[in-house]
Amino acid sequence: MELFNSESKKIISDPINVNNPISLQVLGICSALAVTIRLDQAIIMTLAVIFVLCSSNVILSIIRNYIPNRVRIVIMLSVIASLVSVVDELLKAYLYDMSKQLSVFVGLIITNCIIMGRAEAFALKNGPSKAFLDGIGNGFGYGLIIIIVSFFRELFGAGTITLPDGGAGYVLWRIPESWYAAGYENIGLLVLSPGAFIILGLVIWVQREMAGVEEDA
Amino acid sequence: MTGLEHYLSIFTKAVFIENIVLAYFLGLCSFLAISKKIDASVGIGMAVIVVLTITAPINWVLWEFLLAKGALVWISEDFANTDLGFLKLIVFISVIAAMVQLVEMFMERFSQSLYNSLGIFLPLIAVNCSILGGSLFMVEREYTISETVVYGFGSGVGFFLAIVALASIRYRIRYSNIPPRLRGVGMAMLLTGLLSMAFMAFSGIDL
Repeated sequence: MELFNSESKKIISDPINVNNPISLQVLGICSALAVTIRLDQAIIMTLAVIFVLCSSNVILSIIRNYIPNRVRIVIMLSVIASLVSVVDELLKAYLYDMSKQLSVFVGLIITNCIIMGRAEAFALKNGPSKAFLDGIGNGFGYGLIIIIVSFFRELFGAGTITLPDGGAGYVLWRIPESWYAAGYENIGLLVLSPGAFIILGLVIWVQREMAGVEEDA
Repeated sequence: MTGLEHYLSIFTKAVFIENIVLAYFLGLCSFLAISKKIDASVGIGMAVIVVLTITAPINWVLWEFLLAKGALVWISEDFANTDLGFLKLIVFISVIAAMVQLVEMFMERFSQSLYNSLGIFLPLIAVNCSILGGSLFMVEREYTISETVVYGFGSGVGFFLAIVALASIRYRIRYSNIPPRLRGVGMAMLLTGLLSMAFMAFSGIDL
């Protein structure tokens, strides 16, 4: 079957490893940082981005031959904005607490460069099934990084690990009181914005070492 | 709090304390990509100031008279319960895209020199999250129209300050011996972290 040949595997695995959207293509960093205070926020955000990315890639790829080149940005924006509105309304309906916490950052998926970037670079040049796989790959590549960042920020910054559930999140593990009694302290800086920048900088470094890529600058 | 003081407080808050890049992570894509060069950073910084100051109030008017719950009562009392809030994202992003196009055409017609220096950055700005973010925050914080103007302008100035500062630092460390795979974006993130920490020092200021 065409879907599972080596080319399709490459479309999915490349963005997770050697062509990661955050650490190598440098797309979508804005939302990557804002939602990484807690693990559950990062997971929900990843799901939202994967949904929007796959659907926008498929839709734009289907209509790619009818889009006049000059107005493609506006068309791309309106398709993406409609999909994001759907996600926003769904979150408000079923995960109200989460949508309050994510506040404006759900709306900002529209201007998340991953989505525009992949639409422009991939979906407008390839068929729907490939575009779908590209969406999955890049969505997971994005999710991988923000889940790692949020894991460290939450664990060392607030001392908890929270998984998403219907309401305010389910606390999977909490640093026991005895550790605090023994002199352990949370690093408050990690919860604030500088912590996010520094952790992401380090994650990008590690990821590039692992993928063996460097920037020519 | 009285008039001027109140606006001054919103302005300093937007520039320093709640800097749109360093505290809210908005507009980071262009922030990282363009801060390699100082003059380009000045260019995009100016363009962001102009576009944010124009789009935030326009979106405020649309929100207040078209989209918010009960906003349509000026047409007829029957619309008191109509809530078009779900159209917010689409309307805002179209206004931003259209305004960016207009500003570009306006500049081309009336100020050729400004167009030459800012022209190439304007299309990039339509998808800069700080612009849409400015409009969304304005709705969330329930600002009045004059507060919105001040807030939009302040956020733009904050972006300008942050990107020029980062570009200058990156210029200074061009020949430093950085581990090869930390070069570029990785290092820029760490520097932004330090900058953001420095800006946090402003957080005690209360006007």
